[in-house]
Amino acid sequence: MSSTTPSKLEKMLKAGHQAVTSECGPPRGSDAEAIKEKAQLIKNHVDAINITDNQTSVTRLCSLASCIHLKLAGLEPILQMVTRDRNRIAMQSDILGAASFDIHNILCLSGDHQSFGDCAAGQNVHDLDSMQLIQTVRHMRDEGKFLGGDEIKRPPSMFVGAAANPFADPFEVRVPRLAKKVAAGVEFIQTQCIFNLDKFERWLGEARDRGLLEKVYVLAGLTPLKSAGMAKYMKNRVPGMDVPDEVVERIAGVPKEKQPEEGVKMCIEAVQRLKEVPGVAGFHIMAIEWEEKVPEIVEGGGLYPRPPLD
Amino acid sequence: MIVANGKPLEEIFDLVKDHRKILVAGCNECVTVCEVGGTKEVGILASALRLHFLNQGVEAQVGETTLQRQCDREYVVGARETVEPYDIVVSIACGVGCQFMAEEYAKIPVVPGVNTSFMGGALERGVWSERCQGCGTCLLAQTAGICPVSRCAKRVLNGPCGGSTKGKCEISKDVDCAWQLIVDRLKSLGRMDDYETLTPIKDWSTDRAGGPRTRIKEEVVS
Repeated sequence: MSSTTPSKLEKMLKAGHQAVTSECGPPRGSDAEAIKEKAQLIKNHVDAINITDNQTSVTRLCSLASCIHLKLAGLEPILQMVTRDRNRIAMQSDILGAASFDIHNILCLSGDHQSFGDCAAGQNVHDLDSMQLIQTVRHMRDEGKFLGGDEIKRPPSMFVGAAANPFADPFEVRVPRLAKKVAAGVEFIQTQCIFNLDKFERWLGEARDRGLLEKVYVLAGLTPLKSAGMAKYMKNRVPGMDVPDEVVERIAGVPKEKQPEEGVKMCIEAVQRLKEVPGVAGFHIMAIEWEEKVPEIVEGGGLYPRPPLD
Repeated sequence: MIVANGKPLEEIFDLVKDHRKILVAGCNECVTVCEVGGTKEVGILASALRLHFLNQGVEAQVGETTLQRQCDREYVVGARETVEPYDIVVSIACGVGCQFMAEEYAKIPVVPGVNTSFMGGALERGVWSERCQGCGTCLLAQTAGICPVSRCAKRVLNGPCGGSTKGKCEISKDVDCAWQLIVDRLKSLGRMDDYETLTPIKDWSTDRAGGPRTRIKEEVVS
Protein backbone atom coordinates (compact mmCIF):
# COMPACT_ATOMS: atom_id res chain seq x y z
CA MET A 1 0.00 0.00 0.00
CA SER A 2 2.79 2.35 -0.89
CA SER A 3 1.44 4.31 -3.82
CA THR A 4 -0.02 7.71 -3.33
CA THR A 5 -2.29 9.20 -5.90
CA PRO A 6 -4.40 12.34 -5.54
CA SER A 7 -7.40 10.07 -4.95
CA LYS A 8 -9.57 11.19 -2.08
CA LEU A 9 -10.69 7.61 -1.63
CA GLU A 10 -7.10 6.47 -1.24
CA LYS A 11 -6.39 9.25 1.26
CA MET A 12 -9.45 8.33 3.30
CA LEU A 13 -8.40 4.68 3.47
CA LYS A 14 -4.75 5.50 4.17
CA ALA A 15 -5.85 7.74 7.02
CA GLY A 16 -7.47 4.68 8.56
CA HIS A 17 -11.06 5.81 8.09
CA GLN A 18 -13.69 3.39 6.87
CA ALA A 19 -14.48 4.73 3.43
CA VAL A 20 -17.92 4.97 1.91
CA THR A 21 -18.53 4.69 -1.80
CA SER A 22 -21.72 4.36 -3.76
CA GLU A 23 -22.61 4.07 -7.38
CA CYS A 24 -24.76 5.71 -9.99
CA GLY A 25 -25.95 4.10 -13.18
CA PRO A 26 -25.83 6.47 -16.18
CA PRO A 27 -29.01 7.17 -18.15
CA ARG A 28 -30.06 5.56 -21.42
CA GLY A 29 -29.78 8.83 -23.23
CA SER A 30 -27.55 11.82 -23.56
CA ASP A 31 -29.10 14.00 -20.87
CA ALA A 32 -26.56 14.00 -18.03
CA GLU A 33 -28.86 15.82 -15.60
CA ALA A 34 -30.17 12.54 -14.20
CA ILE A 35 -26.76 11.37 -13.12
CA LYS A 36 -25.80 14.74 -11.71
CA GLU A 37 -29.00 14.78 -9.68
CA LYS A 38 -28.39 11.26 -8.35
CA ALA A 39 -24.86 12.24 -7.36
CA GLN A 40 -26.09 15.37 -5.59
CA LEU A 41 -28.39 13.20 -3.45
CA ILE A 42 -25.45 11.28 -2.03
CA LYS A 43 -22.44 13.57 -2.32
CA ASN A 44 -22.24 14.55 1.35
CA HIS A 45 -22.51 10.97 2.51
CA VAL A 46 -19.91 9.26 0.36
CA ASP A 47 -16.23 9.73 -0.44
CA ALA A 48 -16.41 8.66 -4.04
CA ILE A 49 -19.02 7.57 -6.58
CA ASN A 50 -18.67 4.67 -9.00
CA ILE A 51 -20.10 5.13 -12.44
CA THR A 52 -21.11 1.81 -13.89
CA ASP A 53 -19.98 0.87 -17.38
CA ASN A 54 -22.95 -0.31 -19.43
CA GLN A 55 -24.01 -2.52 -16.55
CA THR A 56 -25.83 -5.76 -17.36
CA SER A 57 -24.58 -5.11 -20.90
CA VAL A 58 -27.31 -2.55 -21.59
CA THR A 59 -26.10 0.40 -23.66
CA ARG A 60 -26.01 3.63 -21.66
CA LEU A 61 -24.27 7.00 -21.49
CA CYS A 62 -20.62 6.05 -21.18
CA SER A 63 -18.91 5.76 -17.84
CA LEU A 64 -16.09 8.09 -18.82
CA ALA A 65 -18.36 10.97 -19.88
CA SER A 66 -20.49 10.46 -16.78
CA CYS A 67 -17.39 10.58 -14.59
CA ILE A 68 -16.37 13.84 -16.24
CA HIS A 69 -19.79 15.33 -15.43
CA LEU A 70 -19.28 14.38 -11.76
CA LYS A 71 -15.73 15.67 -11.73
CA LEU A 72 -16.82 19.00 -13.19
CA ALA A 73 -19.48 19.18 -10.48
CA GLY A 74 -16.74 18.84 -7.87
CA LEU A 75 -17.38 15.21 -6.94
CA GLU A 76 -14.97 12.28 -6.84
CA PRO A 77 -15.76 9.66 -9.48
CA ILE A 78 -14.59 6.07 -9.75
CA LEU A 79 -14.40 5.10 -13.41
CA GLN A 80 -15.70 1.58 -13.89
CA MET A 81 -14.16 -0.06 -16.92
CA VAL A 82 -15.17 -3.43 -18.31
CA THR A 83 -12.95 -5.37 -20.68
CA ARG A 84 -15.96 -6.67 -22.60
CA ASP A 85 -16.23 -3.79 -25.03
CA ARG A 86 -12.74 -2.45 -25.68
CA ASN A 87 -9.39 -3.78 -26.77
CA ARG A 88 -6.14 -2.69 -25.16
CA ILE A 89 -5.80 0.35 -27.42
CA ALA A 90 -9.24 1.66 -26.50
CA MET A 91 -8.76 0.95 -22.81
CA GLN A 92 -5.41 2.69 -22.57
CA SER A 93 -6.86 5.58 -24.54
CA ASP A 94 -9.89 5.88 -22.23
CA ILE A 95 -7.61 5.69 -19.20
CA LEU A 96 -5.64 8.64 -20.57
CA GLY A 97 -8.89 10.44 -21.33
CA ALA A 98 -9.99 9.99 -17.73
CA ALA A 99 -6.58 11.04 -16.46
CA SER A 100 -6.77 14.19 -18.57
CA PHE A 101 -9.78 15.21 -16.44
CA ASP A 102 -7.92 14.21 -13.27
CA ILE A 103 -10.11 11.21 -12.58
CA HIS A 104 -8.09 9.37 -9.98
CA ASN A 105 -9.95 6.11 -9.37
CA ILE A 106 -10.61 3.16 -11.65
CA LEU A 107 -12.42 -0.11 -11.07
CA CYS A 108 -11.28 -2.90 -13.38
CA LEU A 109 -13.94 -5.44 -14.35
CA SER A 110 -14.58 -8.05 -17.00
CA GLY A 111 -18.27 -7.06 -17.30
CA ASP A 112 -21.46 -9.04 -17.63
CA HIS A 113 -21.74 -11.13 -20.77
CA GLN A 114 -23.44 -9.23 -23.60
CA SER A 115 -26.16 -11.87 -23.87
CA PHE A 116 -27.87 -10.22 -20.88
CA GLY A 117 -28.20 -6.84 -22.50
CA ASP A 118 -29.77 -4.97 -25.37
CA CYS A 119 -27.16 -6.12 -27.89
CA ALA A 120 -27.17 -9.86 -27.34
CA ALA A 121 -26.12 -10.40 -30.97
CA GLY A 122 -23.02 -8.24 -30.53
CA GLN A 123 -19.39 -9.31 -30.37
CA ASN A 124 -17.48 -9.10 -27.16
CA VAL A 125 -13.84 -8.17 -27.07
CA HIS A 126 -12.13 -9.43 -23.91
CA ASP A 127 -8.70 -8.68 -25.31
CA LEU A 128 -7.69 -8.42 -21.63
CA ASP A 129 -9.35 -9.81 -18.55
CA SER A 130 -9.94 -7.84 -15.36
CA MET A 131 -6.62 -8.88 -13.82
CA GLN A 132 -4.74 -7.89 -16.93
CA LEU A 133 -6.53 -4.52 -16.90
CA ILE A 134 -5.35 -4.02 -13.31
CA GLN A 135 -1.81 -4.77 -14.52
CA THR A 136 -2.27 -2.38 -17.42
CA VAL A 137 -3.29 0.57 -15.24
CA ARG A 138 -0.51 -0.13 -12.78
CA HIS A 139 2.00 -0.35 -15.63
CA MET A 140 0.80 2.92 -17.13
CA ARG A 141 0.86 4.65 -13.75
CA ASP A 142 3.97 3.16 -12.15
CA GLU A 143 6.21 2.71 -15.17
CA GLY A 144 4.78 5.67 -17.06
CA LYS A 145 4.60 3.49 -20.14
CA PHE A 146 2.10 2.09 -22.55
CA LEU A 147 1.77 -1.69 -22.88
CA GLY A 148 3.69 -1.34 -26.13
CA GLY A 149 6.64 0.10 -24.22
CA ASP A 150 6.50 3.73 -25.27
CA GLU A 151 6.65 6.46 -22.69
CA ILE A 152 3.49 8.24 -21.60
CA LYS A 153 3.69 11.99 -21.30
CA ARG A 154 1.86 12.77 -18.04
CA PRO A 155 0.94 9.21 -16.99
CA PRO A 156 -2.37 8.52 -15.26
CA SER A 157 -2.38 8.80 -11.50
CA MET A 158 -5.11 6.41 -10.49
CA PHE A 159 -6.01 4.41 -7.40
CA VAL A 160 -6.67 0.96 -8.81
CA GLY A 161 -9.62 -1.12 -7.76
CA ALA A 162 -11.43 -4.28 -8.73
CA ALA A 163 -14.41 -6.30 -7.67
CA ALA A 164 -14.45 -9.52 -5.72
CA ASN A 165 -17.34 -11.87 -5.36
CA PRO A 166 -16.95 -13.92 -2.18
CA PHE A 167 -20.04 -15.92 -3.17
CA ALA A 168 -19.35 -17.08 -6.72
CA ASP A 169 -18.25 -20.62 -7.32
CA PRO A 170 -15.98 -22.40 -6.78
CA PHE A 171 -15.69 -21.10 -3.21
CA GLU A 172 -12.22 -22.59 -2.69
CA VAL A 173 -10.70 -20.19 -5.23
CA ARG A 174 -12.40 -17.11 -3.82
CA VAL A 175 -9.45 -16.21 -1.58
CA PRO A 176 -6.77 -17.40 -4.04
CA ARG A 177 -8.53 -15.28 -6.64
CA LEU A 178 -8.26 -12.24 -4.40
CA ALA A 179 -4.58 -13.11 -3.95
CA LYS A 180 -4.24 -13.18 -7.70
CA LYS A 181 -5.79 -9.72 -8.03
CA VAL A 182 -3.45 -8.47 -5.31
CA ALA A 183 -0.51 -9.94 -7.22
CA ALA A 184 -1.80 -8.14 -10.32
CA GLY A 185 -1.57 -4.89 -8.36
CA VAL A 186 -5.06 -4.09 -7.16
CA GLU A 187 -5.23 -1.57 -4.32
CA PHE A 188 -8.89 -1.60 -3.33
CA ILE A 189 -11.69 -4.09 -3.68
CA GLN A 190 -15.42 -3.51 -3.73
CA THR A 191 -17.29 -6.75 -3.14
CA GLN A 192 -20.41 -8.16 -4.69
CA CYS A 193 -23.60 -7.42 -2.67
CA ILE A 194 -23.36 -9.20 0.66
CA PHE A 195 -26.52 -10.86 1.94
CA ASN A 196 -24.80 -13.90 3.43
CA LEU A 197 -22.79 -12.07 6.12
CA ASP A 198 -21.41 -15.27 7.67
CA LYS A 199 -19.93 -16.39 4.38
CA PHE A 200 -18.47 -12.93 3.74
CA GLU A 201 -16.83 -12.94 7.17
CA ARG A 202 -15.39 -16.38 6.49
CA TRP A 203 -13.94 -15.17 3.20
CA LEU A 204 -12.52 -12.02 4.75
CA GLY A 205 -11.06 -14.01 7.64
CA GLU A 206 -9.25 -16.31 5.22
CA ALA A 207 -7.99 -13.29 3.27
CA ARG A 208 -6.75 -11.76 6.52
CA ASP A 209 -5.01 -15.01 7.51
CA ARG A 210 -3.17 -14.98 4.20
CA GLY A 211 -1.99 -11.43 4.85
CA LEU A 212 -3.89 -10.05 1.88
CA LEU A 213 -5.62 -7.32 3.86
CA GLU A 214 -2.24 -5.71 4.48
CA LYS A 215 -2.00 -5.23 0.74
CA VAL A 216 -5.53 -4.31 -0.30
CA TYR A 217 -8.44 -2.38 1.16
CA VAL A 218 -11.70 -4.32 1.09
CA LEU A 219 -14.93 -2.34 0.89
CA ALA A 220 -17.96 -4.45 1.75
CA GLY A 221 -20.65 -4.21 -0.92
CA LEU A 222 -24.21 -3.75 0.29
CA THR A 223 -27.52 -3.36 -1.49
CA PRO A 224 -30.76 -2.43 0.28
CA LEU A 225 -33.59 -4.73 -0.75
CA LYS A 226 -36.75 -2.96 -1.90
CA SER A 227 -39.08 -5.92 -1.67
CA ALA A 228 -39.39 -9.66 -1.16
CA GLY A 229 -39.71 -9.92 -4.94
CA MET A 230 -36.32 -8.29 -5.40
CA ALA A 231 -34.79 -10.63 -2.80
CA LYS A 232 -36.19 -13.66 -4.61
CA TYR A 233 -35.08 -12.35 -7.98
CA MET A 234 -31.54 -11.83 -6.69
CA LYS A 235 -31.53 -15.24 -5.05
CA ASN A 236 -32.76 -17.13 -8.07
CA ARG A 237 -31.88 -15.15 -11.14
CA VAL A 238 -28.72 -13.13 -10.62
CA PRO A 239 -25.59 -15.17 -11.34
CA GLY A 240 -23.11 -15.44 -8.49
CA MET A 241 -25.48 -14.00 -5.87
CA ASP A 242 -26.00 -15.63 -2.46
CA VAL A 243 -29.22 -14.57 -0.73
CA PRO A 244 -29.91 -16.89 2.21
CA ASP A 245 -33.46 -18.10 2.86
CA GLU A 246 -33.67 -16.22 6.17
CA VAL A 247 -33.06 -12.92 4.34
CA VAL A 248 -35.89 -13.65 1.91
CA GLU A 249 -38.14 -14.83 4.74
CA ARG A 250 -37.47 -11.75 6.85
CA ILE A 251 -38.42 -9.26 4.16
CA ALA A 252 -41.32 -11.42 2.97
CA GLY A 253 -42.53 -11.54 6.57
CA VAL A 254 -43.55 -7.87 6.67
CA PRO A 255 -46.46 -6.33 4.77
CA LYS A 256 -45.65 -5.25 1.24
CA GLU A 257 -45.79 -1.52 1.98
CA LYS A 258 -43.33 -1.94 4.83
CA GLN A 259 -40.83 -4.02 2.83
CA PRO A 260 -38.72 -1.09 1.54
CA GLU A 261 -38.32 0.17 5.10
CA GLU A 262 -37.38 -3.33 6.26
CA GLY A 263 -34.84 -3.63 3.43
CA VAL A 264 -33.13 -0.39 4.47
CA LYS A 265 -33.19 -1.53 8.10
CA MET A 266 -31.52 -4.82 7.15
CA CYS A 267 -28.88 -2.92 5.19
CA ILE A 268 -28.15 -0.64 8.16
CA GLU A 269 -27.85 -3.66 10.45
CA ALA A 270 -25.37 -5.18 8.00
CA VAL A 271 -23.27 -1.99 8.11
CA GLN A 272 -23.39 -1.97 11.91
CA ARG A 273 -22.27 -5.59 12.10
CA LEU A 274 -19.62 -5.49 9.40
CA LYS A 275 -17.98 -2.24 10.52
CA GLU A 276 -16.80 -4.09 13.62
CA VAL A 277 -15.22 -6.88 11.54
CA PRO A 278 -11.43 -6.50 11.37
CA GLY A 279 -10.35 -5.89 7.81
CA VAL A 280 -13.50 -4.15 6.61
CA ALA A 281 -11.94 -0.99 5.21
CA GLY A 282 -15.22 0.57 4.23
CA PHE A 283 -18.51 0.12 2.44
CA HIS A 284 -19.70 0.24 -1.11
CA ILE A 285 -23.42 0.89 -1.12
CA MET A 286 -25.11 -0.10 -4.34
CA ALA A 287 -28.63 1.27 -4.00
CA ILE A 288 -29.74 0.32 -7.48
CA GLU A 289 -31.94 3.21 -8.69
CA TRP A 290 -32.65 4.03 -5.05
CA GLU A 291 -29.87 6.52 -4.38
CA GLU A 292 -32.07 8.63 -2.09
CA LYS A 293 -31.77 5.91 0.55
CA VAL A 294 -27.96 6.06 0.69
CA PRO A 295 -27.82 8.94 3.21
CA GLU A 296 -30.19 7.10 5.55
CA ILE A 297 -28.05 3.93 5.36
CA VAL A 298 -24.80 5.83 5.88
CA GLU A 299 -26.24 7.74 8.83
CA GLY A 300 -27.96 4.68 10.30
CA GLY A 301 -24.75 2.73 10.00
CA GLY A 302 -22.86 5.34 12.00
CA LEU A 303 -20.67 6.38 9.08
CA TYR A 304 -21.79 10.02 9.05
CA PRO A 305 -20.51 12.69 9.05
CA ARG A 306 -17.70 11.70 6.76
CA PRO A 307 -14.36 12.38 8.40
CA PRO A 308 -12.52 15.43 7.10
CA LEU A 309 -9.24 14.99 5.25
CA ASP A 310 -6.24 17.23 5.71
CA MET B 1 -12.63 -31.51 -36.40
CA ILE B 2 -14.66 -28.74 -37.98
CA VAL B 3 -18.30 -28.91 -36.96
CA ALA B 4 -21.05 -27.52 -39.18
CA ASN B 5 -24.85 -27.27 -39.21
CA GLY B 6 -27.11 -27.65 -42.20
CA LYS B 7 -28.65 -24.42 -43.45
CA PRO B 8 -32.46 -24.31 -43.44
CA LEU B 9 -33.79 -25.81 -46.68
CA GLU B 10 -35.74 -22.66 -47.50
CA GLU B 11 -32.49 -20.70 -47.49
CA ILE B 12 -30.87 -23.21 -49.85
CA PHE B 13 -33.91 -23.17 -52.15
CA ASP B 14 -33.60 -19.41 -52.34
CA LEU B 15 -29.86 -19.60 -53.10
CA VAL B 16 -30.42 -21.88 -56.12
CA LYS B 17 -33.74 -20.55 -57.35
CA ASP B 18 -32.35 -19.04 -60.57
CA HIS B 19 -30.52 -22.20 -61.65
CA ARG B 20 -31.62 -25.43 -63.29
CA LYS B 21 -28.48 -27.56 -63.18
CA ILE B 22 -27.44 -27.92 -59.58
CA LEU B 23 -24.65 -30.00 -58.11
CA VAL B 24 -24.72 -30.89 -54.43
CA ALA B 25 -21.12 -31.45 -53.37
CA GLY B 26 -20.26 -33.13 -50.10
CA CYS B 27 -16.97 -33.80 -48.38
CA ASN B 28 -15.76 -37.07 -46.89
CA GLU B 29 -13.98 -35.52 -43.93
CA CYS B 30 -15.20 -33.50 -40.92
CA VAL B 31 -18.69 -32.82 -42.24
CA THR B 32 -19.16 -36.53 -42.79
CA VAL B 33 -18.15 -37.21 -39.19
CA CYS B 34 -20.52 -34.57 -37.86
CA GLU B 35 -23.22 -35.96 -40.14
CA VAL B 36 -24.03 -32.84 -42.08
CA GLY B 37 -22.13 -32.99 -45.35
CA GLY B 38 -21.19 -36.53 -46.34
CA THR B 39 -22.54 -38.81 -49.07
CA LYS B 40 -25.70 -39.55 -47.08
CA GLU B 41 -26.51 -35.88 -46.60
CA VAL B 42 -25.70 -35.11 -50.24
CA GLY B 43 -28.40 -37.63 -51.18
CA ILE B 44 -30.91 -36.18 -48.75
CA LEU B 45 -30.34 -32.58 -49.87
CA ALA B 46 -30.43 -33.54 -53.55
CA SER B 47 -33.75 -35.35 -53.02
CA ALA B 48 -35.17 -32.35 -51.18
CA LEU B 49 -34.12 -30.06 -54.04
CA ARG B 50 -35.66 -32.37 -56.64
CA LEU B 51 -38.90 -32.50 -54.70
CA HIS B 52 -38.88 -28.74 -54.30
CA PHE B 53 -38.47 -28.14 -58.05
CA LEU B 54 -41.11 -30.76 -58.79
CA ASN B 55 -43.55 -29.00 -56.48
CA GLN B 56 -42.75 -25.73 -58.23
CA GLY B 57 -43.41 -27.35 -61.61
CA VAL B 58 -39.87 -26.53 -62.66
CA GLU B 59 -37.66 -28.90 -64.60
CA ALA B 60 -34.26 -29.08 -62.98
CA GLN B 61 -31.29 -31.42 -62.86
CA VAL B 62 -29.78 -32.08 -59.46
CA GLY B 63 -26.49 -33.96 -59.39
CA GLU B 64 -24.63 -35.52 -56.49
CA THR B 65 -20.96 -35.85 -55.66
CA THR B 66 -18.81 -36.25 -52.59
CA LEU B 67 -15.18 -35.21 -52.72
CA GLN B 68 -12.56 -36.87 -50.59
CA ARG B 69 -11.67 -33.39 -49.27
CA GLN B 70 -12.91 -30.06 -50.50
CA CYS B 71 -10.14 -28.32 -48.54
CA ASP B 72 -7.48 -29.90 -50.68
CA ARG B 73 -6.83 -28.46 -54.13
CA GLU B 74 -5.83 -31.84 -55.56
CA TYR B 75 -9.31 -33.30 -54.97
CA VAL B 76 -11.12 -30.11 -55.97
CA VAL B 77 -9.30 -29.96 -59.31
CA GLY B 78 -9.90 -33.67 -59.78
CA ALA B 79 -13.66 -33.08 -59.71
CA ARG B 80 -13.58 -30.84 -62.80
CA GLU B 81 -15.44 -33.21 -65.10
CA THR B 82 -18.14 -33.71 -62.52
CA VAL B 83 -18.51 -30.05 -61.66
CA GLU B 84 -18.34 -28.22 -64.98
CA PRO B 85 -21.60 -29.49 -66.52
CA TYR B 86 -23.52 -27.73 -63.71
CA ASP B 87 -24.40 -24.08 -63.40
CA ILE B 88 -24.28 -23.89 -59.59
CA VAL B 89 -22.65 -25.91 -56.80
CA VAL B 90 -24.15 -26.22 -53.33
CA SER B 91 -21.17 -27.14 -51.19
CA ILE B 92 -22.04 -28.89 -47.97
CA ALA B 93 -18.41 -28.99 -46.91
CA CYS B 94 -17.25 -26.46 -44.32
CA GLY B 95 -16.53 -22.86 -45.25
CA VAL B 96 -12.98 -23.85 -46.20
CA GLY B 97 -14.15 -26.45 -48.70
CA CYS B 98 -16.78 -24.11 -50.09
CA GLN B 99 -14.12 -21.45 -50.68
CA PHE B 100 -11.66 -23.87 -52.26
CA MET B 101 -14.39 -24.92 -54.69
CA ALA B 102 -15.20 -21.30 -55.48
CA GLU B 103 -11.53 -20.48 -56.03
CA GLU B 104 -11.11 -23.33 -58.48
CA TYR B 105 -14.32 -22.88 -60.46
CA ALA B 106 -14.27 -19.17 -61.23
CA LYS B 107 -17.24 -19.25 -63.63
CA ILE B 108 -19.58 -21.39 -61.56
CA PRO B 109 -21.30 -19.97 -58.48
CA VAL B 110 -20.55 -22.00 -55.38
CA VAL B 111 -22.91 -21.47 -52.42
CA PRO B 112 -22.81 -22.95 -48.94
CA GLY B 113 -25.38 -25.48 -47.83
CA VAL B 114 -24.14 -25.50 -44.26
CA ASN B 115 -23.18 -23.00 -41.58
CA THR B 116 -19.67 -23.76 -40.36
CA SER B 117 -19.65 -23.54 -36.59
CA PHE B 118 -16.54 -24.46 -34.66
CA MET B 119 -13.66 -26.80 -33.99
CA GLY B 120 -14.78 -29.44 -31.58
CA GLY B 121 -15.28 -33.06 -30.79
CA ALA B 122 -18.11 -35.55 -30.33
CA LEU B 123 -19.31 -35.97 -26.76
CA GLU B 124 -21.65 -38.70 -27.94
CA ARG B 125 -23.45 -39.55 -31.17
CA GLY B 126 -25.13 -36.36 -32.34
CA VAL B 127 -23.56 -34.08 -29.73
CA TRP B 128 -20.51 -31.97 -30.58
CA SER B 129 -18.77 -29.51 -28.34
CA GLU B 130 -16.36 -26.66 -29.05
CA ARG B 131 -12.81 -27.14 -27.85
CA CYS B 132 -10.52 -24.82 -29.82
CA GLN B 133 -10.57 -21.42 -31.51
CA GLY B 134 -7.22 -21.76 -33.21
CA CYS B 135 -5.68 -18.77 -31.41
CA GLY B 136 -2.24 -19.89 -32.51
CA THR B 137 -0.59 -19.93 -29.07
CA CYS B 138 -1.84 -22.83 -27.02
CA LEU B 139 -2.39 -22.26 -23.30
CA LEU B 140 -3.51 -25.76 -22.41
CA ALA B 141 -0.35 -26.56 -20.44
CA GLN B 142 -1.08 -23.66 -18.09
CA THR B 143 -4.79 -24.35 -17.76
CA ALA B 144 -4.72 -28.05 -16.96
CA GLY B 145 -5.77 -29.07 -20.44
CA ILE B 146 -9.00 -27.02 -20.56
CA CYS B 147 -9.08 -24.09 -22.96
CA PRO B 148 -10.42 -20.82 -21.53
CA VAL B 149 -10.20 -19.14 -24.96
CA SER B 150 -12.76 -21.45 -26.51
CA ARG B 151 -14.72 -22.53 -23.43
CA CYS B 152 -15.14 -19.38 -21.33
CA ALA B 153 -17.82 -17.04 -22.71
CA LYS B 154 -15.61 -14.09 -21.78
CA ARG B 155 -12.29 -15.69 -22.74
CA VAL B 156 -11.15 -14.86 -19.20
CA LEU B 157 -7.56 -16.05 -18.84
CA ASN B 158 -7.47 -15.55 -15.07
CA GLY B 159 -10.85 -16.80 -14.04
CA PRO B 160 -13.42 -17.65 -12.98
CA CYS B 161 -15.39 -14.43 -13.30
CA GLY B 162 -17.98 -13.51 -10.70
CA GLY B 163 -20.79 -15.12 -12.66
CA SER B 164 -19.80 -18.76 -12.10
CA THR B 165 -22.62 -20.52 -10.29
CA LYS B 166 -22.72 -24.17 -9.30
CA GLY B 167 -20.18 -25.02 -11.97
CA LYS B 168 -22.14 -23.32 -14.72
CA CYS B 169 -21.48 -20.21 -16.80
CA GLU B 170 -23.50 -17.04 -16.25
CA ILE B 171 -24.80 -17.18 -19.81
CA SER B 172 -26.58 -20.52 -19.40
CA LYS B 173 -27.12 -23.38 -17.00
CA ASP B 174 -26.32 -25.66 -19.94
CA VAL B 175 -22.78 -24.31 -20.30
CA ASP B 176 -20.01 -25.53 -18.01
CA CYS B 177 -17.88 -22.84 -16.38
CA ALA B 178 -14.49 -23.45 -18.00
CA TRP B 179 -12.74 -22.16 -14.91
CA GLN B 180 -14.66 -24.51 -12.64
CA LEU B 181 -13.40 -27.33 -14.89
CA ILE B 182 -9.86 -25.93 -14.74
CA VAL B 183 -9.95 -25.64 -10.95
CA ASP B 184 -11.40 -29.15 -10.58
CA ARG B 185 -8.70 -30.58 -12.81
CA LEU B 186 -5.89 -28.60 -11.13
CA LYS B 187 -7.16 -30.05 -7.86
CA SER B 188 -7.20 -33.60 -9.16
CA LEU B 189 -3.67 -33.13 -10.50
CA GLY B 190 -2.52 -31.72 -7.16
CA ARG B 191 -1.62 -28.45 -8.88
CA MET B 192 -3.83 -25.91 -7.10
CA ASP B 193 -0.78 -23.75 -6.38
CA ASP B 194 -0.56 -23.12 -10.12
CA TYR B 195 -3.94 -21.42 -10.00
CA GLU B 196 -2.35 -18.32 -8.52
CA THR B 197 0.10 -17.86 -11.37
CA LEU B 198 -1.11 -14.87 -13.35
CA THR B 199 -1.62 -15.59 -17.01
CA PRO B 200 0.06 -12.65 -18.74
CA ILE B 201 -1.60 -10.40 -21.29
CA LYS B 202 -2.02 -12.57 -24.35
CA ASP B 203 -0.36 -11.94 -27.68
CA TRP B 204 -3.33 -12.23 -30.02
CA SER B 205 -1.25 -11.64 -33.13
CA THR B 206 -1.21 -15.40 -33.73
CA ASP B 207 -5.03 -15.38 -33.53
CA ARG B 208 -7.17 -14.13 -36.41
CA ALA B 209 -6.47 -10.68 -34.98
CA GLY B 210 -3.13 -10.91 -36.75
CA GLY B 211 -4.87 -11.23 -40.11
CA PRO B 212 -5.35 -14.32 -42.29
CA ARG B 213 -2.78 -16.92 -41.39
CA THR B 214 -0.63 -19.09 -43.61
CA ARG B 215 1.52 -21.91 -42.36
CA ILE B 216 4.45 -23.07 -44.41
CA LYS B 217 6.32 -26.26 -43.63
CA GLU B 218 9.47 -25.59 -45.60
CA GLU B 219 10.70 -29.17 -45.81
CA VAL B 220 7.60 -30.42 -47.58
CA VAL B 221 7.06 -27.46 -49.93
CA SER B 222 8.07 -28.64 -53.39
